[in-house]
Amino acid sequence: MDTHLTNEAQFKRGLANRQMRGNLWRRFFILSTTIAILALIALFFNVANRAFGYVISDFTPNITDLTEDGNIDALTETQLATIIEDFAPNTLRVIIRNELSVVPNTEFTTTPLNVALAGRNVPAEYAELTINDLEAPDWARIIGLNVSHDRLVDIVTTDIIEEHIIKTYALTESIFEREKIQQFAAEEHPNSVLYFRSWVDFNFITNPGSSDATQAGIRTALLGSLWVIFITILFSFPIGVGAAIYLQEYASDTPLNNLIETNIRNLAGVPSIIYGLLGLAIFVRTLGTITQGRTILSAGLTMALLILPVIIINSQEALRAVPSSIREGSYGLGATKWQTIWRSVLPAALPGILTGTILGVSRAIGETAPLIIVGASTAIFSNTPPDPNSPFSAFTAVPLQIYQWTARPQEEFKTIAAAAILVLLVLLLTLNATAIILRQQFRKRLSA
Amino acid sequence: MQQELEVRRNREALMAVSATKAQGTLFKKPRPGEDLIRIFLFLCGMLSIFTTIGIVYELGKEALLFFQTEGFSFVEFFTSTSWAPEIGNIGILPLMLSTLLTSFVAMLVAIPLGLGAAIYLSEYAAPSVRATLKPILEILAGIPTVVYGYFALTFMTPLLRGIFGADTVNFYNMASAGLVMGIMILPTISSMSEDALSAVPRALREASYGLGATKFETVIKVVLPAALSGILAASIIGISRAVGETMIVALAAGAGPNFTFNPFESAETMTGHIARISGGDLAYDSIQYNSLFAIGLTLFVMTLGLNLISRAVSKRFREVYQ
Repeated sequence: MDTHLTNEAQFKRGLANRQMRGNLWRRFFILSTTIAILALIALFFNVANRAFGYVISDFTPNITDLTEDGNIDALTETQLATIIEDFAPNTLRVIIRNELSVVPNTEFTTTPLNVALAGRNVPAEYAELTINDLEAPDWARIIGLNVSHDRLVDIVTTDIIEEHIIKTYALTESIFEREKIQQFAAEEHPNSVLYFRSWVDFNFITNPGSSDATQAGIRTALLGSLWVIFITILFSFPIGVGAAIYLQEYASDTPLNNLIETNIRNLAGVPSIIYGLLGLAIFVRTLGTITQGRTILSAGLTMALLILPVIIINSQEALRAVPSSIREGSYGLGATKWQTIWRSVLPAALPGILTGTILGVSRAIGETAPLIIVGASTAIFSNTPPDPNSPFSAFTAVPLQIYQWTARPQEEFKTIAAAAILVLLVLLLTLNATAIILRQQFRKRLSA
Repeated sequence: MQQELEVRRNREALMAVSATKAQGTLFKKPRPGEDLIRIFLFLCGMLSIFTTIGIVYELGKEALLFFQTEGFSFVEFFTSTSWAPEIGNIGILPLMLSTLLTSFVAMLVAIPLGLGAAIYLSEYAAPSVRATLKPILEILAGIPTVVYGYFALTFMTPLLRGIFGADTVNFYNMASAGLVMGIMILPTISSMSEDALSAVPRALREASYGLGATKFETVIKVVLPAALSGILAASIIGISRAVGETMIVALAAGAGPNFTFNPFESAETMTGHIARISGGDLAYDSIQYNSLFAIGLTLFVMTLGLNLISRAVSKRFREVYQ
């Protein structure tokens, strides 16, 4: 005893050392946690920072050439129609045909205007003439009289004025270096316009994809994602829950059942890109006659395979949590096995199953690698992909769009990628919030 | 009297009927509906087996075609340091090396920080702090990997180039991809390790305190060894995820195979290569098409191996407390 603790001073020094070491390490543990949280903050901040900020752009034609004060909204209908006449006289006819004509397109050029534009405000001197008898100023006059102000502003800003981005700034730069940016814009690009732009706005959600960053939107990708997810849920939910019921309620301890169980755990660890290769080989190639190749159906089925293990494992856990007294009670009343499962066990396990499914689905929404492999070189490389309208459409999806925009070297595509990420994160957040609310609702109902 | 007699007679008749019925149903009553449902559910479970068979079959079939090509050999695949299948160079080493290098950088971040966070949450943090921090880490785990890729390219790369200089650090580089991958895997490791640490019974800690150990000594010498199997399993799962991760390396690590040990250089990983090549115009049954499956098979074997080891470790070294 004495040999170890010869004197108290030595012991105290040792203790102080030990405690100091403990404190140092405790700081390291706190630091690790802090770094993780800082990384999360940096990640969100980095995205938000790039989705808003100043833009220096050239507009052709120059807005100040069109209107002195630069405010297009303040122009009258006639002035707007004249602008269109000056810069794109041929679109005037198209506008009249698409927006004002009441006869079929094929008869439009040969029909007198009082018939073709029946019910519109047509000046009397044009009534007996056809559209081809008139000249551009006359077309502009008809448009100025009939098309709404908002629509004309819309046409001028999207079809007539072309924007060429010279430089984009992040939000922090825009706030803290405002004067420098303004000075730079005034000196280096005197003919350009400097304005503050939120890259996520209503137009961004509703515009289709485009090779022009100022016009590009996320609608095509958003619809594509929704289609793919719909197919994914359609297949993975019933099959996943079915497999979970089999393993939890029916399967006895046979080698085959154990193999299924182990196998599912292993599948959960297979990288998503391998599922992409599987989807390419099976759904796109082998079953190509059914899925028609690189389509939404192929992508949805691949995703379904990918999230099946997640759904099965979570559903199994939910089923396991149902107390056996519920089953015994049901059997005691004479119910068959399936009646017991369908009427007693499943309702009790539903909140857990739904939560697990939503977890799987949110993984599928953000998953990119399999989509690159299954869907590559179809619609995603064309500049304005059409909206998907059936399971057999070619597709793009939000994460895929983010990937392609990020991979482009131009700075403005990184900003719209940031905007798309914001949309994706909001989508995921909504989904997860729904999962939590659902779970609480069910819990309340069950305990009541 | 008459009535009573009739009731009794009725009852006897009824009993006779149910007796014959009972004799008939001593065996299980056939329920075809129930059996059908059972078969359907069984098939749902079997689908997972078919998926595995599908993966192995498809990857194996195409990989076999790849190796049957004139002049391609297994040995060259694992020893040559140049990858360009279209001109006959089929060494997977450059792709594999950058996969291992990015994974190594990722684990350098994820294991110490993940374990540190797990220890803090499980041993030090007050319950209220823990209740707030855990969901925040879970958010980190739920962010799509393409977003991490964006983060690596637009945040980590400029940061690294700012610190080490744009001359040393390539615009596309493995270090940036690896670091961000580490952040991505951190929550996986911390949450699995925390579960393992929390499962260590309180009595062990109390006994350690009773012997005069400080909190830190208790954590390092008692709790950590007791939870080691779970922590090891978590780390191996982390490595497996790093090896299979695609989007971060596809965006930030660079395009084009490069046999280098320098993490600041750009080099394509196995997953990044698959993503890039399949993103282009790829003809079925071309050498490139088959080569993707050969890489895929290698990747599958690597991750499966890691997952199996992880499972074996957690089973083999699990300490069971009563």
